[in-house]
Order: sequence, then C-alpha cells, then structure tokens
Amino acid sequence: MIPNTLPSSLADNPRLEQWIGFPAEGRVAVRTGKVELGQGILTAMVQIAAEELEVDLSRLDLASGDTRDTPNEGFTAGSLSVQIGGVALRLVCAEVRSLMLDAAAARLGCPREDLAVEDGRVLQDGAATGLDYWALAGDLDLTRAATGMAPVKSPAQLRTLGTDVPRTDLPEKVGGAPFIHDMTAPDLLHARVLHRPRKGARLVALDEAAALKAGLGTVALFRTGDMVALVGEDESRVHLAFERLHERARFEGGLALGPEHAEPGFLTGLDTAAPRIVERGTPAAGTAAQRVTATYSKPFLAHGSIGPSCGVARYADGRLTVWSHTQGVFPLRAAIARALGLAPEAVDVIHRQGAGCYGHNGADDAAFDAAIVALGHPGRTVRVLWTRADEMGVAPFGAPMVVTLDAGLDAQGRPLDWTIDIRSPTHVDRPGANGGVNLLSAEALETPPARPTPADFPDALGGGAVRNGFVLYDLPQQKLVHHFVPDAPARTSSMRGLGAFANVFALESFMDELAEAAGMDPVAYRLSLMSDPRARGVIMEAARMCDWETPPPDGFTRGFAFSRYKNSAAYLAMAVEVSVEEEVRVSRAWCAVDGGLVVNPDGAINQVEGGVIQAISWTLKEQVMFADGAVSSNTWETYPILRFSEVPRIETRLIGDPAHPPLGMGEVSQGPTAAAIGNAVTAALGARLRHLPLTRDRIMQALLAD
Amino acid sequence: MSLEITLIVNGTPSCLVVDETTPLLHALRNMLGLRASRFGCGQEQCGACMVLMDGKPTYACSHLAMDADARVVETAESLMGHPLRAAFLAEQAGQCGYCLSGILMSAKALLDRTQSPSREAIVAALDPHLCRCGAHERIIRAVERAAAMLRGEAA
Ligand code: FES
Ligand code: FES
Repeated sequence: MIPNTLPSSLADNPRLEQWIGFPAEGRVAVRTGKVELGQGILTAMVQIAAEELEVDLSRLDLASGDTRDTPNEGFTAGSLSVQIGGVALRLVCAEVRSLMLDAAAARLGCPREDLAVEDGRVLQDGAATGLDYWALAGDLDLTRAATGMAPVKSPAQLRTLGTDVPRTDLPEKVGGAPFIHDMTAPDLLHARVLHRPRKGARLVALDEAAALKAGLGTVALFRTGDMVALVGEDESRVHLAFERLHERARFEGGLALGPEHAEPGFLTGLDTAAPRIVERGTPAAGTAAQRVTATYSKPFLAHGSIGPSCGVARYADGRLTVWSHTQGVFPLRAAIARALGLAPEAVDVIHRQGAGCYGHNGADDAAFDAAIVALGHPGRTVRVLWTRADEMGVAPFGAPMVVTLDAGLDAQGRPLDWTIDIRSPTHVDRPGANGGVNLLSAEALETPPARPTPADFPDALGGGAVRNGFVLYDLPQQKLVHHFVPDAPARTSSMRGLGAFANVFALESFMDELAEAAGMDPVAYRLSLMSDPRARGVIMEAARMCDWETPPPDGFTRGFAFSRYKNSAAYLAMAVEVSVEEEVRVSRAWCAVDGGLVVNPDGAINQVEGGVIQAISWTLKEQVMFADGAVSSNTWETYPILRFSEVPRIETRLIGDPAHPPLGMGEVSQGPTAAAIGNAVTAALGARLRHLPLTRDRIMQALLAD
Repeated sequence: MSLEITLIVNGTPSCLVVDETTPLLHALRNMLGLRASRFGCGQEQCGACMVLMDGKPTYACSHLAMDADARVVETAESLMGHPLRAAFLAEQAGQCGYCLSGILMSAKALLDRTQSPSREAIVAALDPHLCRCGAHERIIRAVERAAAMLRGEAA
C-alpha cells in the first residue's frame, strides 16, 4: 500500500483544484508540476490519474509545468517525479473519486458501498445511475485541501498502473515538431547570444561592423552590459553574423582555466575550509589483519544534449512570457524576475519540451537570454538558440570528484573500520539555489546580482557530492569526510546521479578490491556483507541473469556492481561483459532492479537501459578539456560519446513487489555501470584503472606500470 | 546575393528566394515550415538534421539550399504512412526523440536499398547519428521491425 502521508508536492499545493478539474463534459483536466524531459513522466502521470479516478486514459487533458495553472512542484529532478509528484497526484485522484462517490450516494440516498465508478460513470450494484463525474462535479468543493486519507487501490485492483501504456509524447516526435525549437510566431525574431568563455571574463573588444555586414543589413546588435545578442528575422543571416561576431570578440580576465583542469587532481588544496565529517557506528574491536586504501576520480562531464538549449520569450503590455525546457518553471520565474527587477506575478514561465535533459544544463540560461532580449524588443517573440559550442562549453558541467576509500579488514576479510573521503565542488547551482539567481547571462549584466555563498546540495535531500557516500553493506562503522571545493574554475551543477556516479564507481570498485583481499568471489563477498533482503534480491537476480558462476566466453571478462540510488530510490544490481583490446568494449549488460510498484515497466526499462548506455559513454570516453582560458572540448569531435556501433545488448528485469511504493528509477544505473565496467576491465588487465574515463591511453599506462 | 531556387520536398515543388549561404535546414524549417528536421550541431557531427537528397542521406545543416535546387528532398514529415513510423512507435524507440528525425531518414535510405538489412548494416547506417538518451537498442529493433513490415512479415 502507498502510505497515506502527504508527500511534499501535496503539502505545498494542498487544494484539490490545483490538480484536478472537470472543465467540460467527458473531460478531466489533470495538472502536474513535473515536466517531460524525455523520461516519459507525462505518460506515467496520466496512468496514475486514470487509475485512481477510474476514467479512460483518453479523457485526460494533462497540463504540466506552467506557472499560470499547474502546481508548484519545484524541479523535476532527483528521481522523485513518481515517488513524490506521482504519489501526490495519486492521493488527490483517490480522494476526488471518493468525494464523487459520497456526492452520488447523497443524491441517490443509498449507501456508498453500493456504488462503483466505471469510466467516470457511477454504477449502483453494477447498473447505470445516470450520474457521472460531470453531473456531480458541481456538488464537490474542490477548493478544499486534500487530506491524503482516501485509500488508493490495492495492487490486485490495478488496471492501468503497471502496464506498458505507450508514451503519449512519442507520436509527435516521430515526424512531427513538438520541441521548443520548433515554436514559431508571425512576429518571430531569431537571436544568438555571445557568452563569456570562462567565469569572470570581461568583454573588451567587439567587431560590430563586421558582424552586421555579414548579416547583410538585416541583423541588429543588442547590448546590455557585457550581454551581447544579434537579432533578426532571417535565422541564417543571424547565424552567419553571429559566427563573425564570436570569432572576433575578445575577452580578458576571469578565472584561470587550462589543460590542468581536465584532471580532477587539481581539486586537492582548493578546499579552503575544514572538511565536514559524518560518522555512523563505531569501529569493531580487534586489529586489522590488512588495510586497503585506494583513490578514484572522475573529471568534469558535459550534459551534451543533442539539441542545443533554446529559449523563447515575449514582452508585451508589461508582462513577460517565457517558454523554456527548464526542469523548474517556478524557480526559473523567481530567478528571472529577480535578475530583471520584475514582479514575479508579471512573469509567466511555460514548459516546452527540449532535447533530452539529464540535469541542470543550459535550458534556464537560454530562457533568461531570451527574456533579456525580449525586454529590449517589446511586442516581438524572441527565440534564442545556443550554438553547439555553448552547449558543450558554457552550460554547467557535472562536477569533477576525487574519492579515497580506506578500510581495515579482519582475518576473514570483513571490514572493521571504513572511511570515505570525498573532494568535490558543488552539485547545485540551479536558479534560486543557495539564494542566488544563478543564470549565466545575469553575470554579464550592468549590475549583476550578488553571487551566493557556494554550498552543496543538503544531505537531507540526498546530498550532492556525498550522495551514496554511505553504503548499505553491514559495516560496524562508516566515516564520511567531505571536502567542499568552493571555487571550481568552471561552473558545476546537477547532472544525473550527482555525486553518486563517482561515489558508487569508487565504492563498488573498492568492494571488488576488498573481495580480492579477502580471497572471495565479488558477488559472494557482497552477499556476505548484505542483510537487506531487497538488496540481496537484486544481487542474486543479476548474478543469475548473467550466469555469474559460469566463466564468460574466451576473450571476455565480467564485472559486477550494486547500489541503491540515494540509498532511498530503487535498488539495482548489474553485470557487464567486456573485451579489452586497445579500447574497452562493453558487449553485454544485465540489470536487476527493484523499484517497488512500477507505473510503466517499458518506460522504466527504457530509463534504466538509457542510463546504462549513457554511463558507458561517461565511463569510457568523456572528459571535458580546457585550453587558453576556455573549454576546448566543445564539439562532438573533441567530446566524443558512445555511438551505435558501440552499444551493448542489455537485459533488464524488474523484480519489485507492486505492493511496495514506487521508487525512482531514472538515475539508478549511472554509478553501478561505471563500477561494473571498472571491475570487468580489472579482470581483463590484471591491473585496476581508478580514474575515469577508461581510455586507451589509461589502459596502456596501466599495462606499462604493471 | 539572393537567388531563386526550386526545392522538391516530399513530392511538392516550391520556389524560394535564398541567400548563397542559406543552409538547406533553414530553408526547410523556416521557409517551408517543415520543422521535423532538427539542428543539433551544424557541423556534420550528430545527424539530427539528416534528410535525403536524391535518396542519399545528406546533412541539411551544412548543405546549402542552393545546391539542392531542382533536387528531390525527403524529410521525416514524409514518413506519416511509412512502416518506419509505425515500427518506431511499436518499439517505443526513443526517449526525448530529438535524434529521431535524422535517424528515420538514414533508416529510410537503408530500407529503400534493402528490405533485409543485417543488424550490422543497420548499425552502420545509423553510426553517423548520435543519441544522448541511450535509445540505441530500441531504435535498431524498430528498424528491424520496419524491414519485417516491408517484407510483409510483421504488423
Ligand atoms: S546538425 Fe547537422 S549533423 Fe548535427
Ligand atoms: S532519444 Fe534523446 S537523443 Fe535520442
């Protein structure tokens, strides 16, 4: 059963009418503050509403992410959309159905136990009553606060939840034009914005004449402070003019940024304050028979959305309307209003889908760019499109991290004491985070808003750098040391998994190192230290799926890993099969996942397997590079990602019990994928690679050092 | 310099006035309102913009509109009744879907050549395309399914 306690989304948006309405005969309006990022969330929400309301899917009109009329659910992030937002919607819908039954019972003068609902129609002992939701809607007071007390359906009663309802957004994506990039208007102005190549740099020279000449007299330059844009009605000319402008613009000053920042080792010494230490349990008695210590790292990573960020805005009659592929329309509205000195009520932010989003990328920044240009062009719709170089170069990055593990083992190889030491800049610089505006071009304005004191994502919300820093294994004691690096040379923020990617890579590599020290099989070693039955369940299932006991075919090795994302979302164990020649090639992957009740199994598998493929790419290939005060890996050639010819076959099994509440699945596979690959590569080379990415150069180094 | 060209897109000829530098992609999206072809990089490195020109996969981001004068251009809008569309929906092949239009066109070119492509041939045809969401395996399955449909073996 889903516990009837109010999830935060419902506590923040308590009125039933904020979620559900009956605007027209036969139609149900459903509102969610969560937004579609390519993860299929809108389909999941429709399933949840249809299930608990007892109406057909086709009757639902879903609105999402619109400051004018959807609930404020903050950001669509942290794998919480179903776990929090979906559960909130479910409770609301169950309550509305219950109120409808009360109203029908009152009208019919019968006990409510005699009544049931079928596709919005009320039945009495199975026969039509002539009453339906639309006839009864006037009897209900939907302005009242949700109690969360109406019972939701039991697993046995479910009809739509847990089935593979096809994605509602996909048909338009196959041959259609559903993206923010595709919005158009009769008064459309195309714009391109010049961004600074590094934090704190100032614009010192601009060749306006050359740019305008390239625009053939139809492109204009717009400037406020260091924020420079080119605008015009012909996109090709704006683009051409921008290339010229960009080529000749000169920036000076700002933070030093160079090749040395590609390797996370630069973080050492940049943690200016004393580390934060959190300790659980006490070390076991006895002296360690051996100590194992190892240091792992990951570099800056780029989001690399396939579509560059885009923002659309219009300023007319004192109102600013902004369309954005942001993860949070309300926080973005607040940040835009604050940065531009507008009242938040005078700003509307409306979500429109963009290319896949894996965290805080350039979406909010592009929206703000469009807002600034729109304010300067009242009555026109302004469309800002970023360049590929900006998408790879000035959007926030996933943070570089260095993680050191140290454990003392008893004679049987069981840990007596355990320390994880994590060094990282922040994983949150979203609009509004830490009280700041945090929009790229705000820094270029005449009077930039004050920069907030940097801080990381709070532990209570899953933490940033320390996410998954503690393990679920049965250890007598775990000590976590967090060195926060306040001033990274490049902007960092939330990217799929946050610190969990590096931490799980480190921890689950270390588990293999400990297993080796203990002289045990890696899967058996994990099981010997794990009593959580759901964790044991996925570990044993993944081992079965890959036939762990049987050696892999000649020329291949296998690696294993486990994690429960945030120690609170879904459980995942997986194995990969790799071959290592000059490069590492992942040929197969097997995942066992326990996410409790899964709203849409096919959608969940799509998320898990997409995460595996993306994480293989991060693990084997990706590293942001810097040169001459700028990001140099700003094309797909200089920042390669996994291609069709390099993806493995993946098998995924969802083994959760639908009686358990749904657990987030969107970020479960990132960290385990890296660790499983690292462990498989170690099995192949006989030497361990602890620093991502596991490139050909690093393999050669490891072999030579051996 | 502006010039007048005729583009034959999805079977319909249109006269357009373009610059010598106008990319085919902008002519399709902004002048003809065919917005399924997407901008991804502008550098022939991602395949989001892929269209067919005289049946061959062509990067619309870098190909000049004037060089497509009097040529036969196909875009993803033309696939409404094609088995590829049905197959991609049946396999739920995509996450964000931004990469799909270009991939569909490369797949179309392949299936125009052969209705029995091997997995290797599909992978090779799609290798110029990037998908950041990791929908690759489903996309490969969808192309296999579309081929089977063309052969009359699947619905
Ligand atoms: S947009 Fe043409 S290849 Fe990327
Ligand atoms: S589905 Fe998002 S890029 Fe392919």
